[in-house]
Amino acid sequence: MAVSITEQGAKRVNEFLANRGSGMGVRLGVKTTGCSGMAYVIEFVDEVNDGEDETFESNGVVIVVDKKSLVYIDGTEMDFVKEGLNEGFAFNNPNEKDACGCGESFTV
Amino acid sequence: MALLQISEPGQSTKPHEHKFAIGIDLGTTNSLVASVRSGQPDTLPNSSGEHLLPSVVQYTPDAIVVGAVAKKNQIEDPHNTISSIKRLMGRGADDLISQFESLSEVLPFEFAVTDSAVAKIKTVAGDKAAVEVSADILKVLKLRGEQSLGDKLEGAVITVPAYFDDAQRQATKDAATLAGLNVLRLLNEPTAAAVAYGLDTGAEGIVAVYDLGGGTFDISIMQLKKGVFEVLSTGGDSALGGDDFDHAIAEWILKQANINSRNLTASLLRLVLSEACKAKEALSKLEQVEINIQFANDNSWTGLLSRDELSSLIDPLIKKSLMSCRRALRDAGVEKNQILDVVMVGGSTRALRVREQVGQFFETDPRVDIDPDRVVAIGAAIQANALVGNDSDGNLLLMDVLPLSLGIETMGGLAEKIISRNTPIPVSRAQEFTTYKDGQTAMAVHVVQGERELVDDCRSLAKFELRGFPSHVAGAARIRVTFQVDADGLLSVTAKEEVSGVVASVEVKPSYGLQDSEIEEMLKASMAFAGEDKDARSLREQQVEADRVLEAIDSAVADDGDEMLSQDERETIQAARSELMIARHNAVETQQLKEAMAKLEKASAEYVARRMNASVQKSMAGHQVEEFNK
Repeated sequence: MAVSITEQGAKRVNEFLANRGSGMGVRLGVKTTGCSGMAYVIEFVDEVNDGEDETFESNGVVIVVDKKSLVYIDGTEMDFVKEGLNEGFAFNNPNEKDACGCGESFTV
Repeated sequence: MALLQISEPGQSTKPHEHKFAIGIDLGTTNSLVASVRSGQPDTLPNSSGEHLLPSVVQYTPDAIVVGAVAKKNQIEDPHNTISSIKRLMGRGADDLISQFESLSEVLPFEFAVTDSAVAKIKTVAGDKAAVEVSADILKVLKLRGEQSLGDKLEGAVITVPAYFDDAQRQATKDAATLAGLNVLRLLNEPTAAAVAYGLDTGAEGIVAVYDLGGGTFDISIMQLKKGVFEVLSTGGDSALGGDDFDHAIAEWILKQANINSRNLTASLLRLVLSEACKAKEALSKLEQVEINIQFANDNSWTGLLSRDELSSLIDPLIKKSLMSCRRALRDAGVEKNQILDVVMVGGSTRALRVREQVGQFFETDPRVDIDPDRVVAIGAAIQANALVGNDSDGNLLLMDVLPLSLGIETMGGLAEKIISRNTPIPVSRAQEFTTYKDGQTAMAVHVVQGERELVDDCRSLAKFELRGFPSHVAGAARIRVTFQVDADGLLSVTAKEEVSGVVASVEVKPSYGLQDSEIEEMLKASMAFAGEDKDARSLREQQVEADRVLEAIDSAVADDGDEMLSQDERETIQAARSELMIARHNAVETQQLKEAMAKLEKASAEYVARRMNASVQKSMAGHQVEEFNK
């Protein structure tokens, strides 16, 4: 069980963390509220809940995932991409079977 | 596919519910758009990586060109290419005529003669008002914002100079509306710069914002109190900026090269100016620079410009700006040593000599960490992000509060407060009122401001009437009065009769013409007279009640007094009525009035009961008892 982040993604996460001035890493998770089943969540991490969270390290970034979410996003690679002027994080999730056009939510 | 940004812990939004907002620095020369992504505020570049959008619009018969290309075309197409439009915002045709000579030197446009009060500029694409030209700039920035954030925008914060008046602010809002932007708030440029440095969450105190752009200089002295920036004074020089630095250096070059500027062609002169500008920028990093200019095939000049030499060239100009600073401090009634922070805005504050001199003048190191060209847009973006609720603490920045309560006059000259003072704006509050007399079909709404209980002691803001709603018995009509104060302090009051939907409204600027000292006095008075006001209020309330009782008894007696009252009864009621009438007009204590009212009620109790029975019998006549049991 693991999740990872690309080098480019790690670089941006570290920049954002430095700008924020605090935080130990980034939390990945899913919420069951999307238009197509589930939705991705990315947040800064201030504290890890022992017993509920798993932590991974990838390209120098600490990634925290709660155990419930992990089953949906195991094997996911997080990337930072640019599409024209737009830029942000995207997920390459092998569990994803169908995503709504917006990409903010998916089903497994 | 949507690209996601990192949220604060627990602040993740549901899909499609993240609210995107932008901050816009709508400048005279250049404009910028910024936003906060993954907690980081930054200006947004276009596809070629340019952050600055020159505030220049070229109108051609079939296209509108905005930005760098329009700026380049300005020389060939001066009449249809509009720059510095910000100077015309909110200015009527009359203002322009009076300023025409000075303006036409700067602005080479032809003004169209129209009937409307708004000045329009003639172009091949038709006559354009300043608001339309600004809207065309805003449209480009809006599109850039949408493309960069990958979604629709919730709204924008747009910055304006602190000295902009209501008309100029309104024109800026109109331009945004025309561009399809929802204006979350207009923000003063110096306030935006201070917000970018986080000074709004720092220690309370006085802040100076030194803004030296290409062509203009502005100084603002502001006071931070409870998260609100109040502008104490502004000053500046509309003809002082980095361009003057370039001119000073260019003159020095020509003098060194022994060339008379009159012998130079326009293009050579431009070359010298651009070399001067380059040298100036390089000297922010280097101790000295070599300047090399080819004046003609056989005439070139090479020389060294040192930092010290540059300082001696631009010092007179910096001194000029510092004189404005001194005046602004005097206007604000503030001493230099009271200034907590000095924020540097505008590209020309990159010059090290400027930083040095400003630091010496204010006796503190100025804030220079954020790119001075972008700092205003960045502050606007931070504010916009907070206003749509993406702020890290989920808190709204309380930039502005109502200085005094707002309310309306109710019967008896009482002030009913609808929004109390210190409420953060924007805000909207509604309250229901009713009619006072039977058959009333109109209602006067008197909008007042202040803390006192009686309308006479408050400040009258506006009066309007709601007319033509259906007639009801007293107290049955429902009239909803809504007070809405937008982010710029503009108040709109709407009265709506709920059954018929009849609506009337008014808009006022409550702070208009109100000095701080007056606000303070009004507040002090409300404290000093708190006790008296309370008594006066309760007396007035009882008077209103007495009027209502008198009105009711008179109308009842006129209606059926002849049939239902004996002579004796009638006299008893009349006597109690007269007593109440006298108390109504002469009583100075609430208690007296209450007693008189109780007396009349007692005297008429039997009569009221009889009337009630009669009316019940009347309504039941001809009906079966069973019908009422259903």
